[in-house]
Amino acid sequence: MPESSERGSLTEAVFYILLALYEPLHGYGIMQKTGEWSRGRVILGAGTLYGAINTLLDKNWIQAYKSEDDSRKKEYVITDLGKRQVEDELLRLEERLQNGRMVTGGGAS
Amino acid sequence: MKKIIKKAFWNPEKEQTWLNEMAAKGLALSDYSFWRYVFEETDPGEYIYRIDLLEQDPRHPESEVFLKFLEDSGVSVVATYFKWVYLRKKAADGPFEVYSDVESRIRMYRRILQFWTSLLAMMMVAVLVNLGVFIAKFMTTGTPDMWISFAGGCFCGIVGVVLFITLVQPVRKQIKKTQREAIVFE
Repeated sequence: MPESSERGSLTEAVFYILLALYEPLHGYGIMQKTGEWSRGRVILGAGTLYGAINTLLDKNWIQAYKSEDDSRKKEYVITDLGKRQVEDELLRLEERLQNGRMVTGGGAS
Repeated sequence: MKKIIKKAFWNPEKEQTWLNEMAAKGLALSDYSFWRYVFEETDPGEYIYRIDLLEQDPRHPESEVFLKFLEDSGVSVVATYFKWVYLRKKAADGPFEVYSDVESRIRMYRRILQFWTSLLAMMMVAVLVNLGVFIAKFMTTGTPDMWISFAGGCFCGIVGVVLFITLVQPVRKQIKKTQREAIVFE
Protein backbone atom coordinates (compact mmCIF):
# COMPACT_ATOMS: atom_id res chain seq x y z
CA MET A 1 0.00 0.00 0.00
CA PRO A 2 1.43 3.39 -0.85
CA GLU A 3 2.46 5.49 2.11
CA SER A 4 0.13 8.34 1.25
CA SER A 5 -3.07 6.37 1.70
CA GLU A 6 -2.21 5.76 5.34
CA ARG A 7 -2.79 9.44 5.91
CA GLY A 8 -6.24 10.90 6.27
CA SER A 9 -8.39 11.79 3.33
CA LEU A 10 -8.04 15.08 1.52
CA THR A 11 -10.29 17.98 2.36
CA GLU A 12 -12.91 18.74 -0.24
CA ALA A 13 -11.21 22.06 -1.01
CA VAL A 14 -7.81 20.43 -1.61
CA PHE A 15 -9.39 17.65 -3.69
CA TYR A 16 -11.07 20.14 -6.02
CA ILE A 17 -7.99 22.39 -6.22
CA LEU A 18 -5.84 19.43 -7.31
CA LEU A 19 -8.49 18.29 -9.76
CA ALA A 20 -8.79 21.77 -11.27
CA LEU A 21 -5.02 21.90 -11.79
CA TYR A 22 -4.86 18.91 -14.15
CA GLU A 23 -4.63 21.80 -16.59
CA PRO A 24 -2.74 25.02 -15.75
CA LEU A 25 -4.97 27.57 -14.08
CA HIS A 26 -4.79 30.69 -11.94
CA GLY A 27 -6.48 31.14 -8.56
CA TYR A 28 -9.70 32.64 -9.83
CA GLY A 29 -10.01 29.85 -12.42
CA ILE A 30 -9.73 27.26 -9.64
CA MET A 31 -12.57 28.96 -7.74
CA GLN A 32 -14.78 29.08 -10.84
CA LYS A 33 -14.12 25.48 -11.82
CA THR A 34 -14.79 24.21 -8.30
CA GLY A 35 -18.05 26.12 -8.17
CA GLU A 36 -19.05 24.74 -11.56
CA TRP A 37 -18.24 21.09 -10.73
CA SER A 38 -20.07 21.19 -7.41
CA ARG A 39 -22.94 23.21 -8.91
CA GLY A 40 -22.27 26.09 -6.54
CA ARG A 41 -22.08 23.95 -3.40
CA VAL A 42 -18.33 24.39 -2.81
CA ILE A 43 -17.38 28.06 -2.87
CA LEU A 44 -13.69 28.45 -2.12
CA GLY A 45 -12.86 31.57 -0.14
CA ALA A 46 -9.92 33.45 -1.65
CA GLY A 47 -8.11 33.40 1.71
CA THR A 48 -8.62 29.67 2.11
CA LEU A 49 -7.50 29.04 -1.47
CA TYR A 50 -4.41 31.18 -0.98
CA GLY A 51 -3.38 29.21 2.10
CA ALA A 52 -4.09 25.88 0.39
CA ILE A 53 -2.05 26.79 -2.71
CA ASN A 54 0.95 27.70 -0.57
CA THR A 55 0.70 24.46 1.40
CA LEU A 56 0.38 22.39 -1.80
CA LEU A 57 3.40 24.20 -3.30
CA ASP A 58 5.41 23.34 -0.16
CA LYS A 59 4.35 19.70 -0.43
CA ASN A 60 5.30 19.76 -4.10
CA TRP A 61 1.82 18.49 -5.09
CA ILE A 62 1.47 21.47 -7.42
CA GLN A 63 3.99 23.83 -9.02
CA ALA A 64 4.04 27.28 -10.57
CA TYR A 65 3.35 27.14 -14.30
CA LYS A 66 5.18 29.39 -16.72
CA SER A 67 2.71 30.37 -19.41
CA GLU A 68 3.80 31.75 -22.79
CA ASP A 69 1.35 34.65 -22.80
CA ASP A 70 2.37 37.32 -20.32
CA SER A 71 -0.83 37.25 -18.30
CA ARG A 72 0.01 38.74 -14.94
CA LYS A 73 -1.98 36.22 -12.96
CA LYS A 74 0.12 33.39 -11.54
CA GLU A 75 -0.80 29.97 -12.87
CA TYR A 76 -0.29 26.58 -11.26
CA VAL A 77 -0.34 22.98 -12.41
CA ILE A 78 -0.50 19.62 -10.62
CA THR A 79 2.69 17.49 -10.29
CA ASP A 80 2.99 13.69 -10.59
CA LEU A 81 3.10 13.51 -6.80
CA GLY A 82 -0.12 15.51 -6.68
CA LYS A 83 -1.79 13.19 -9.18
CA ARG A 84 -0.89 10.22 -6.96
CA GLN A 85 -2.72 11.92 -4.06
CA VAL A 86 -5.83 12.35 -6.20
CA GLU A 87 -5.72 8.72 -7.30
CA ASP A 88 -5.36 7.52 -3.71
CA GLU A 89 -8.25 9.75 -2.71
CA LEU A 90 -10.43 8.23 -5.42
CA LEU A 91 -9.80 4.78 -3.92
CA ARG A 92 -10.77 6.04 -0.48
CA LEU A 93 -13.89 7.69 -1.85
CA GLU A 94 -14.89 4.52 -3.69
CA GLU A 95 -14.49 2.53 -0.51
CA ARG A 96 -16.66 5.01 1.38
CA LEU A 97 -19.27 4.96 -1.34
CA GLN A 98 -19.38 1.14 -1.50
CA ASN A 99 -19.65 0.76 2.27
CA GLY A 100 -22.27 3.46 2.47
CA ARG A 101 -24.38 1.86 -0.22
CA MET A 102 -23.94 -1.61 1.22
CA VAL A 103 -25.22 -0.57 4.64
CA THR A 104 -28.00 1.78 3.60
CA GLY A 105 -28.95 -0.57 0.81
CA GLY A 106 -29.51 2.33 -1.48
CA GLY A 107 -27.63 4.03 -4.20
CA ALA A 108 -28.04 7.52 -5.40
CA SER A 109 -31.29 7.35 -7.26
CA MET B 1 -21.85 61.99 -3.87
CA LYS B 2 -19.68 61.15 -0.90
CA LYS B 3 -20.89 60.73 2.61
CA ILE B 4 -18.62 60.75 5.62
CA ILE B 5 -19.67 59.12 8.87
CA LYS B 6 -17.61 59.26 12.05
CA LYS B 7 -18.20 56.22 14.15
CA ALA B 8 -16.18 54.11 16.55
CA PHE B 9 -16.27 50.32 16.53
CA TRP B 10 -14.34 47.97 18.78
CA ASN B 11 -15.81 44.78 17.49
CA PRO B 12 -14.92 44.06 13.84
CA GLU B 13 -17.80 41.60 13.56
CA LYS B 14 -20.33 44.33 14.37
CA GLU B 15 -18.46 46.77 12.16
CA GLN B 16 -18.71 44.32 9.25
CA THR B 17 -22.43 43.86 9.83
CA TRP B 18 -22.90 47.63 9.84
CA LEU B 19 -20.92 48.05 6.59
CA ASN B 20 -23.09 45.42 4.92
CA GLU B 21 -26.26 47.10 6.16
CA MET B 22 -25.01 50.39 4.71
CA ALA B 23 -24.15 48.68 1.41
CA ALA B 24 -27.64 47.16 1.30
CA LYS B 25 -29.00 50.71 1.54
CA GLY B 26 -26.79 51.88 -1.33
CA LEU B 27 -23.93 53.37 0.65
CA ALA B 28 -20.71 51.54 -0.14
CA LEU B 29 -17.56 52.10 1.91
CA SER B 30 -14.79 53.55 -0.28
CA ASP B 31 -12.23 54.58 2.33
CA TYR B 32 -11.51 54.28 6.02
CA SER B 33 -9.11 55.87 8.45
CA PHE B 34 -9.37 56.17 12.23
CA TRP B 35 -13.13 56.06 12.95
CA ARG B 36 -13.85 57.97 9.75
CA TYR B 37 -15.88 56.08 7.14
CA VAL B 38 -16.20 57.42 3.58
CA PHE B 39 -19.14 56.09 1.61
CA GLU B 40 -20.02 56.37 -2.07
CA GLU B 41 -23.52 56.03 -3.42
CA THR B 42 -24.16 52.82 -5.35
CA ASP B 43 -27.10 50.65 -6.24
CA PRO B 44 -28.49 49.08 -3.07
CA GLY B 45 -26.80 45.76 -2.34
CA GLU B 46 -24.16 46.11 -5.02
CA TYR B 47 -21.30 45.01 -2.76
CA ILE B 48 -20.62 42.54 0.02
CA TYR B 49 -18.04 43.61 2.63
CA ARG B 50 -15.63 41.54 4.69
CA ILE B 51 -13.09 42.68 7.26
CA ASP B 52 -9.92 40.62 7.57
CA LEU B 53 -6.87 40.79 9.80
CA LEU B 54 -3.56 40.22 8.02
CA GLU B 55 -0.65 38.30 9.51
CA GLN B 56 1.76 41.10 8.60
CA ASP B 57 1.60 44.81 7.95
CA PRO B 58 -0.23 45.59 4.65
CA ARG B 59 3.04 46.78 3.07
CA HIS B 60 4.93 43.63 4.00
CA PRO B 61 5.82 41.66 0.80
CA GLU B 62 3.86 38.64 2.06
CA SER B 63 0.73 40.77 2.53
CA GLU B 64 1.21 42.37 -0.88
CA VAL B 65 1.25 38.94 -2.55
CA PHE B 66 -1.89 37.93 -0.63
CA LEU B 67 -3.74 41.16 -1.44
CA LYS B 68 -2.75 40.86 -5.11
CA PHE B 69 -4.15 37.31 -5.07
CA LEU B 70 -7.43 38.60 -3.64
CA GLU B 71 -7.62 41.31 -6.31
CA ASP B 72 -7.01 38.70 -9.02
CA SER B 73 -10.00 36.74 -7.74
CA GLY B 74 -12.40 39.66 -7.99
CA VAL B 75 -12.04 41.05 -4.47
CA SER B 76 -11.17 44.73 -4.07
CA VAL B 77 -9.16 46.08 -1.20
CA VAL B 78 -11.10 49.17 -0.13
CA ALA B 79 -8.89 50.30 2.73
CA THR B 80 -6.18 49.08 5.09
CA TYR B 81 -5.73 50.17 8.68
CA PHE B 82 -2.89 48.70 10.73
CA LYS B 83 -3.22 44.99 9.92
CA TRP B 84 -6.95 45.28 9.27
CA VAL B 85 -8.18 45.22 5.66
CA TYR B 86 -11.60 46.20 4.34
CA LEU B 87 -12.57 44.02 1.39
CA ARG B 88 -15.52 44.02 -0.92
CA LYS B 89 -16.83 42.01 -3.82
CA LYS B 90 -19.74 42.55 -6.20
CA ALA B 91 -22.77 40.74 -4.86
CA ALA B 92 -23.60 39.69 -8.43
CA ASP B 93 -20.49 37.45 -8.41
CA GLY B 94 -22.07 35.22 -5.78
CA PRO B 95 -21.44 34.66 -2.07
CA PHE B 96 -18.29 36.19 -0.63
CA GLU B 97 -16.30 34.68 2.20
CA VAL B 98 -12.55 35.08 2.51
CA TYR B 99 -12.30 31.85 4.51
CA SER B 100 -14.51 28.98 3.47
CA ASP B 101 -13.24 26.14 5.66
CA VAL B 102 -13.11 25.61 9.40
CA GLU B 103 -9.33 25.41 9.59
CA SER B 104 -8.62 28.79 8.01
CA ARG B 105 -11.49 30.38 9.93
CA ILE B 106 -10.00 29.24 13.23
CA ARG B 107 -6.64 30.65 12.14
CA MET B 108 -8.27 34.01 11.44
CA TYR B 109 -9.99 34.07 14.86
CA ARG B 110 -6.63 33.24 16.46
CA ARG B 111 -5.06 36.27 14.74
CA ILE B 112 -7.84 38.47 16.08
CA LEU B 113 -7.45 36.97 19.56
CA GLN B 114 -3.72 37.68 19.46
CA PHE B 115 -4.42 41.26 18.42
CA TRP B 116 -6.81 41.88 21.34
CA THR B 117 -4.56 40.07 23.79
CA SER B 118 -1.62 42.32 22.93
CA LEU B 119 -3.87 45.35 23.41
CA LEU B 120 -4.94 43.96 26.77
CA ALA B 121 -1.30 43.37 27.77
CA MET B 122 -0.53 47.03 27.01
CA MET B 123 -3.43 48.05 29.27
CA MET B 124 -2.13 45.88 32.08
CA VAL B 125 1.32 47.48 31.80
CA ALA B 126 -0.35 50.90 32.06
CA VAL B 127 -2.21 49.74 35.20
CA LEU B 128 0.99 48.48 36.83
CA VAL B 129 2.98 51.63 35.98
CA ASN B 130 0.28 53.95 37.33
CA LEU B 131 -0.28 51.98 40.53
CA GLY B 132 3.51 51.65 40.96
CA VAL B 133 3.87 55.43 40.81
CA PHE B 134 0.95 55.79 43.23
CA ILE B 135 2.47 53.42 45.78
CA ALA B 136 5.90 55.04 45.47
CA LYS B 137 4.43 58.51 46.11
CA PHE B 138 2.22 57.24 48.90
CA MET B 139 5.23 55.76 50.71
CA THR B 140 7.41 58.87 50.26
CA THR B 141 6.09 62.39 49.68
CA GLY B 142 2.39 61.63 49.88
CA THR B 143 1.60 64.62 47.65
CA PRO B 144 -2.05 64.82 46.49
CA ASP B 145 -1.07 64.27 42.81
CA MET B 146 -0.57 60.62 43.72
CA TRP B 147 -4.34 60.28 43.35
CA ILE B 148 -4.01 61.14 39.63
CA SER B 149 -1.83 58.07 39.20
CA PHE B 150 -4.28 56.05 41.26
CA ALA B 151 -7.22 57.18 39.12
CA GLY B 152 -5.20 56.58 35.92
CA GLY B 153 -4.41 53.04 37.05
CA CYS B 154 -8.04 52.32 37.93
CA PHE B 155 -9.23 53.77 34.63
CA CYS B 156 -6.85 51.57 32.58
CA GLY B 157 -7.90 48.60 34.72
CA ILE B 158 -11.59 49.19 33.99
CA VAL B 159 -10.90 49.63 30.27
CA GLY B 160 -8.92 46.39 30.39
CA VAL B 161 -11.80 44.50 32.00
CA VAL B 162 -14.27 45.93 29.47
CA LEU B 163 -11.96 44.95 26.58
CA PHE B 164 -11.66 41.45 27.99
CA ILE B 165 -15.40 40.96 28.38
CA THR B 166 -16.47 42.55 25.09
CA LEU B 167 -13.64 41.51 22.76
CA VAL B 168 -11.45 38.70 24.05
CA GLN B 169 -14.17 36.46 25.49
CA PRO B 170 -16.43 36.42 22.39
CA VAL B 171 -13.50 35.45 20.14
CA ARG B 172 -12.44 32.69 22.53
CA LYS B 173 -15.99 31.36 22.58
CA GLN B 174 -16.12 31.53 18.79
CA ILE B 175 -12.87 29.54 18.50
CA LYS B 176 -14.18 26.85 20.86
CA LYS B 177 -17.47 26.62 18.98
CA THR B 178 -15.69 26.37 15.62
CA GLN B 179 -13.31 23.71 16.94
CA ARG B 180 -16.25 21.57 18.08
CA GLU B 181 -17.74 21.95 14.63
CA ALA B 182 -14.42 20.86 13.10
CA ILE B 183 -14.82 17.39 14.63
CA VAL B 184 -17.88 16.78 12.46
CA PHE B 185 -17.36 18.95 9.39
CA GLU B 186 -14.24 20.03 7.56
